[in-house]
Parts: sequence; C-alpha cells; structure tokens
Amino acid sequence: MKVLRWIVGLVFIGIFFGLNFYYYHGPFIAKLINILLFSAIFVLYRVVIGPSAADRIVAVDILGVLSIGLLSLFGLFFNQGFFMDVGLIWALMSFVASIAFAKILEGRSIDD
Amino acid sequence: MSLKWKSRLIVFLLSLLVWLALTSWRDVQEIVAAIVVAALVSLAAGHFLITTHKQKHLLVRWFAAVTYFFLFLREMIKANVHVAYIVLHPLLPIKPGIVKIKTRLTKDVAMTVLTNSITLTPGTLTVDINPQAQEIYIHWIDVKATDVETCSKQIGAQFEKKLKEVFE
Amino acid sequence: MIREIVGMVFISIGILFDFLGVLGLVRLPDVYNRLQAATKCVTFGSAGILFGIFIIQGFTSFGFKALLGIVFIFLTSPVAAHAIARAAHKSRIPLTPLTVIDCYEADHELKDKVD
Repeated sequence: MKVLRWIVGLVFIGIFFGLNFYYYHGPFIAKLINILLFSAIFVLYRVVIGPSAADRIVAVDILGVLSIGLLSLFGLFFNQGFFMDVGLIWALMSFVASIAFAKILEGRSIDD
Repeated sequence: MSLKWKSRLIVFLLSLLVWLALTSWRDVQEIVAAIVVAALVSLAAGHFLITTHKQKHLLVRWFAAVTYFFLFLREMIKANVHVAYIVLHPLLPIKPGIVKIKTRLTKDVAMTVLTNSITLTPGTLTVDINPQAQEIYIHWIDVKATDVETCSKQIGAQFEKKLKEVFE
Repeated sequence: MIREIVGMVFISIGILFDFLGVLGLVRLPDVYNRLQAATKCVTFGSAGILFGIFIIQGFTSFGFKALLGIVFIFLTSPVAAHAIARAAHKSRIPLTPLTVIDCYEADHELKDKVD
C-alpha cells in the first residue's frame, strides 16, 4: 500500500517536472519559480488536510520561510530590490505569528 | 566604562550597521536617521547582550567561533542529505523517540546556540530545555540509544566542546 | 558571467532542498517528524537561494539584504520549531505508534505525582 502510494506520487511529480522543463518554454528562473509554487501547493494541502491544529501551525510557519526565498527570486526575475524588503518583513511577521500560535496552543498568556 | 554601557555601545554599532545595510545610503539625512534610531534602540534594549567580563583573549574566541561555524555547516549538509534519503525512500525508515541529554554549559547564550545547532543537525529536534538541571529533551528521528550518557555523547558532544571554547 | 552560473547552481540546490523538505511535510507520519524534515530542509534551501542571489548581485543593497535574510532565517527558524514542538507536546497531541521511547512524558508524569 505504501509502495503504491509512493509510485502514484512519483508519477504525479514526474508529470509536473516534464511539463515544467519540456513543455513550458520560458526563462530558467521562471521554471525554478514554478517548482517553488508547486511545493507551496503541498504546504497548502497540509494546511487544509492536517489532522491537528499543530500540523496547520507547522505548515504556516514553513510557508513563511518558503515565501522569503520565493520573493527574493521574484526580485531577481524583475530586477527590483524592494521585493527583498517584502520578504524580510514577511518572514519577521511569520516568526512572530508562529510564536504566538504556539503560546495559544500551549494555553499560556502572551506576556508569560 | 561599566559593563552596561559597553554592551549598549556594541548594540549601537551593530544596529547602525544593519540600518546602513538595509537602506542604500547616499544622503546625510539617512545617516542621521540611522544614528538616532540606533541610539534609541541601544538605550532601550542594549544592556542584555553582554553580562560578564571577558575571560579569554578575544582573538582566540573568534577563531573558535569560525571553526565552529564550519563544523556546523558540515553537519547541516549531512542533515539535509539524511532527510532527503528518508523522504525519498518508499518505506520511510524512521524510528522516532524523545530522549534526554545532559549538558555542561551554563550560560544562556551558549545553551541557545547549542539547542539551535541541535535542531539543524541530522535527525534531532529540541523539544524542551531545563536550565536548572542542565537537561535537554530531544526528539530523535532514528533512535540508536536510550540512556542519557550515550545520547549525550552521540548528539551534543562535538558542539559542546567547541562552544565551551567560544563562550566560557 | 561565471558569477551568474555559480549563483544559479546555488539557487538550484536550494530549490531542490526546499522541494524535498515540503515533500517530507506531506509524507511523514506525525507533527514532530514533519517539523524536523521541514525545518531543516526549508531553512537550508532558503539560505541557499539567498546566498545564490548574494553571489549574483554582489555588494549592492539587494545583496546585503539577502545576507541579512540568511542570518535572520538561521536565528528564527529553529526557535519557532522548538516553540511549536513544545506546545504540541504540552497540548497532548499524540506521537506516532512507531515511537520507541518518550522520556519527556515520563518525567512530567513523575513531576505531577510529586506535586
């Protein structure tokens, strides 16, 4: 059963990589950005499906770290420096948010 | 100069450097704004950084810090290859568990760096820390031993030796 | 030219590890294992991307911001992982049945008995 699921997942990822690298003709950075957006879909799957609240918090935290890489790649693609500022502030807010979520999950007050 | 003001001076220089790196400084206004903001920050929250007098020569500690950084980088690359192996394996070869290790470090900064390094090295994640008893609880993805001494030797020993040189 | 190629190699390695970390977030069985795989790989991957951008851009404002981002990620990501792991354990989210040993649970049971 596990092996079957592994094979299905491999086929799914293989289809995506084939479409991205052979069918889509764009600049190389755009292909890399596509891979990052594809992995963001996996993170959103965990946010929606996740059996417990902690799973969702983990996924949101990971999405914050992923987005700083994504935004810096956008900055490189459009050759604009201000994307990096957006990424830094996003990562900062995401860090504070995950600390606050963890405290709420633990059942303590914020100023503890 | 007392210790508090020395710590505030170092925080002032660091925050000035960060501000000047973030803004592309071409104007006098920005440098003045940087000095004002860095002074405010260092007055408000500058006295937490340094709390003890120096024991060893600063150059020795910096050299130890650089070697520690390279050791950490090697371990981190190993960790990522390990996670990649686990994730790509069809049967997921994991054997997780939470173990306890003992540490000999006493300072808060050293313990923070040790726990952060443990989180980023192969197969281990810090769950909780007990500073009075100097114990750290660690989630290990591939448990090889369960008693405290063997775990301490396998997980934290190499970092601990270097961190003792850097911080104490 | 050579700088761009080296930077692109770093960015590609970073994106590969980002993808593997997110795959671990989907595949592994419980919160703690997911947290391990995701934190390690996504931190290393994002740091790789930012370092590649620093190599391509050089010592400009953009490059300095990328370096600052690396330092920031390395400081904050393990702390957030640690906080989430402790909160999950304290709110009694169960470990996977594959788990071998749980010293943390045992010690806290002992403390409850003493109190």
